[in-house]
Amino acid sequence: MELMRLIAIFARVGILNEMQYRVNFFFQMLESAIGLATGLIGLGLVFQHTTVLAGWQPAELLVVMGIYVLMSGIVQAVIQPNMLRLAQDVLEGKLDYALTKPVDSQLLVSIREWQAWRFTNVVLGLLVVGWALVSLQASVSLGQIVLFILMLGCGVVALYSFWLILATTSFWVIQIESLINLFEGIFAAGRWPTSIYPGWLRVLLTFLVPVAFAVTVPAEALTARLNSSTLALAVGVSFTFFLLARLLWRWGVRRYSGASA
Amino acid sequence: MSGLIDFYRAAMKQAILVQFQYRAANYFYMIGMISEPIIYLVVWSVVAAAQGGTVGGYDAGAFAAYYIVWTLVRNMNIVFTPYGWEQRIRTGELSAVLLRPLHPLHYDIAFFAGWKVVVILFWLPIAAVLAWLFRPTLAPTWLEIAVFAVAIWGAFLIRMMFLWLLGLISFWTTRVAAIYELFFAFELFLSGRIAPLALFPEWARTLADWLPFRWTFGFPIEALIGQLSVAGLIGGLAMQAFWILLGLGLVLLVWRRAVQRYTAVGG
Repeated sequence: MELMRLIAIFARVGILNEMQYRVNFFFQMLESAIGLATGLIGLGLVFQHTTVLAGWQPAELLVVMGIYVLMSGIVQAVIQPNMLRLAQDVLEGKLDYALTKPVDSQLLVSIREWQAWRFTNVVLGLLVVGWALVSLQASVSLGQIVLFILMLGCGVVALYSFWLILATTSFWVIQIESLINLFEGIFAAGRWPTSIYPGWLRVLLTFLVPVAFAVTVPAEALTARLNSSTLALAVGVSFTFFLLARLLWRWGVRRYSGASA
Repeated sequence: MSGLIDFYRAAMKQAILVQFQYRAANYFYMIGMISEPIIYLVVWSVVAAAQGGTVGGYDAGAFAAYYIVWTLVRNMNIVFTPYGWEQRIRTGELSAVLLRPLHPLHYDIAFFAGWKVVVILFWLPIAAVLAWLFRPTLAPTWLEIAVFAVAIWGAFLIRMMFLWLLGLISFWTTRVAAIYELFFAFELFLSGRIAPLALFPEWARTLADWLPFRWTFGFPIEALIGQLSVAGLIGGLAMQAFWILLGLGLVLLVWRRAVQRYTAVGG
């Protein structure tokens, strides 16, 4: 409960802060629109040459794309800014301020930054998913929606844990630019369902970096492809990643010895 | 003139030595960049397989060759980012640059050109691994290799000019992100970065011929993987020369105006 209250307070302060810069909303809209148009044209180009991609219809791939946009909105609004600030703080020796606070340090470093306008992409992503489902004329059951939300949750946990693992490496090497580059590069694989990738790459994208997994599985839930073993795997993988990230964080903090902040 | 050559030699050597120290950082960055072409390669290979082996004249081996050469051309394409100008202006960093005797464009070209030498060396093992994984079909003639070797530097210079030009907008307004994103979106499609231009509809290809993007990306790749005739190879180099000169002219023109607007406090 305490935990929820803390997150809510930080979110409120962060969002209020951003609300001061209202014009940014329109620039964010413009950027999101360009991003979406790019994705749609890319999809259109592929389907000029084929009618089905590895068993996925155009509208079903639109579901995947919508979820990708939604997920990238969450990543850019909360996860990425916090992780970058963490890496920056380690570099500048400011992390001491977070470590000396009387709350769990991992929680604190994960909720300090809120780039509220980035949530535009979450709304946009949901709209794309809705549009795709309508054009599929799919009847989505309540059970599917519950599964979809559950799988989204697992996806967010997996993405967060992966970013935390990347950012925690800052205790050993500082590579802020490369961190963003690496994460965005791998995350872009999620634009397409993992089933199109060759076997070795699919294993990599599921177990080594759970990233593409975080988008494909929720899409499977909505398009009635999800079987119980994938579901169990999704829960298992995201839980394991969270545990790994937690352990690595603990280890990193123990090793960290300030730098005269 | 010989002074300028000496400057370039010294500045490039300095950049090479600096970048060699940051081996890990350079490799990290280059590896992060690899996933993008692999995604495109996989998507198009799946499409080609579904269409009976080839699409737009490319089969799986040709796509592999296209996207492996892509990784080098993409690296050659990296120049001073237009987003960097805001910081140059805001922090007053530019004031020091303006005091130097040479046009600041020289410093950027020389620094990045030196860096590219390191990048090309570091790229070789990456290309070997990718070739082992994806089995490209690549059998260039000596002429194609020669044209490619020149064209990657032509691509570098064209992109240097046009991103400088974009960056100079920062002298007038700081709300530039949307403009840049739009530019990069056009570039993504019309350069051949997302897919070989042969896969695009006729009108898009014609448009690409008349814009600079294609000559910074698709042209060098197509030159090496054997998609171009001899006339296409030579004509492409001529188009590159044209865009470099046009870009240079515009940069010099806009730069003079931009500097007149620039005022610094401290720095």
